[in-house]
Amino acid sequence: MSTTTTTRRGQGRPQSRSKRRVEPVFYFFLLPSLVLFTLAITVPGLVGIFFSFTDSIGIGDWKFAGLTNYIAIFSDPAILQSYLFTFGFSLITVLVVNIIAFLLAVGLTSQIRMKTALRTIFVIPMVVSGIIIAYVFNFLFSNSLPSAGAGSGISWLETSLLANPDLAWVAIVVVTAWQAVPGALLIYIAGLVSIPGDVYEAAEIDGASKFQQLLKITAPLVAGYVVINIILGFKGFLNAYDIIVGLTNGGPGTSTRSIAMTVIAGFNGGDYAYQMANATIFFIVAVLISLLQLSLTRGRNTL
Amino acid sequence: MTTSTILTAEEPHGTESGSASSGRSPRLKVERVNWPGTVILVLCAVTVLLPLYVSLSMAFKTQGQAVDGNAFSFPAPFSVDGFVQAWTLTNFPVGAAMSLLVTAGTVVATIVLAAFASYAIVRNWERRLFRYSFYYLLAAMFIPFPVVALPQIQLTGRLGLDNPMGVILLATMFQLSFSVLLFTAFLRSIPMELEESARMDGATTWQTFWKLIFPLLAPMSATVGIFAFLYAWNDFMMPSLIISDPALQTLPVRQNLFQTQFSNNYHVSFASYLMAMAPAIVAYLFTQRWVMAGVTQGAVKG
Repeated sequence: MSTTTTTRRGQGRPQSRSKRRVEPVFYFFLLPSLVLFTLAITVPGLVGIFFSFTDSIGIGDWKFAGLTNYIAIFSDPAILQSYLFTFGFSLITVLVVNIIAFLLAVGLTSQIRMKTALRTIFVIPMVVSGIIIAYVFNFLFSNSLPSAGAGSGISWLETSLLANPDLAWVAIVVVTAWQAVPGALLIYIAGLVSIPGDVYEAAEIDGASKFQQLLKITAPLVAGYVVINIILGFKGFLNAYDIIVGLTNGGPGTSTRSIAMTVIAGFNGGDYAYQMANATIFFIVAVLISLLQLSLTRGRNTL
Repeated sequence: MTTSTILTAEEPHGTESGSASSGRSPRLKVERVNWPGTVILVLCAVTVLLPLYVSLSMAFKTQGQAVDGNAFSFPAPFSVDGFVQAWTLTNFPVGAAMSLLVTAGTVVATIVLAAFASYAIVRNWERRLFRYSFYYLLAAMFIPFPVVALPQIQLTGRLGLDNPMGVILLATMFQLSFSVLLFTAFLRSIPMELEESARMDGATTWQTFWKLIFPLLAPMSATVGIFAFLYAWNDFMMPSLIISDPALQTLPVRQNLFQTQFSNNYHVSFASYLMAMAPAIVAYLFTQRWVMAGVTQGAVKG
């Protein structure tokens, strides 16, 4: 394996350092990752795609079913609803998170007191377990908020947000945003800090107001960071699972079921092959979004 | 709420001439403190802390106080009854041990495997195998766990890995892409001369890695380790799906006990939540510099 190097040198890249052979120890460094990665992710991935073309229920006999699963998925209202919910939820959450994170970042980089302490506090939600904080919020939404509503006479608050099929998603957005703001915030802070101070001084001399400076200087200069935050956030929210399980468990009914939850439910529901087709479609969607990310962030390597 | 003028204490401001060291605007500047901004941000910080305050106060209440509905009242009298009950109900020592095992295993495996692979990849970048391996390992960033979850549940079940060991393996593999990305970027910035001088002294590649490269990677290892820690300690989805024996479950998964049974013993459930959340928060408070730096690096490189 390590003897081929001199003969294959011509195929190497121009910057190829020398004709030195690869030391065997480098294979020892690389192979554990390659082998385990293949076993743990690639093989299951391929197995899943394979079974999406069968009628397997997860165990026992199966036979090929062609595209039956895929065709069925496109006319399955439960699946369509989960896609609609997940994309809608992700879109709204991404907007909410980025607006809040950007404003907080502007505040945290301005001349305020207790900067370090505030920054420390704002990042805490990032390190808290999603499912547990969802349980805590679950209590607040189903106990504290209704009793506050009863106390103050606001009738629409008296019933739990989580029990309302039309509004349960709001609770999920709130908790997801609570947890996702810190990540976006830190990235925005990095972006804001990288803007040289003289730009603002010059604008000040020209008589630009603080708001104009924010709109005309800050916003354009952090545009690259906005793109990163939106894509990273959107990709993350599409996988929503823990927080929804802790808040509504997909309910009331199936109104807040995410794609991840429908896929996972397939394991117990006996429609393994069907949900693997769903997962395959979800995978293609994820790849498309990642490709979009690459094309948008390429050329922005100056960050 | 007037705006007063003070000298900013944040950065050492020198005089016109003498502060080339800080690299910042060297003027002696009189900055106005943004008091309205400070007040707004403090209020926002309170909102952030509210759920955590509720967990804390609920956990120390007596059962009678916990069910009276007011989440924001201060516990009076202080009671540790919730913690005592949560300890036995969730079998906390075993749960904590499982969480620790999964977390420590994931952190160590991620750092070692990713550092190994990154070193091999960067030093042999001109070889196709290593170059392609890099893109191959990176591809996992495109694969959400739910997509491969079902086959993974089956596979780990067949291989007898439907336990914390299986979670360590899978969690490590999902952390690998991000970690290899960070390590390779860092390794490319280490000058070859450093390594060559070690080799002149007769060090093998193996020795060079452990004596020179791995110590140099320490700041990156800290970042990689912190992210692996946060992921492994807090995750619910993967352990809940992979670990088949409830007795071997991690702390976050054990909390669902309070959704099905004991759902009215709020002081017990909150004490339990608190015990599961606290280690990550404490770890963060001690390592926040690296956590914050890590997020930024991760985003920029990713």
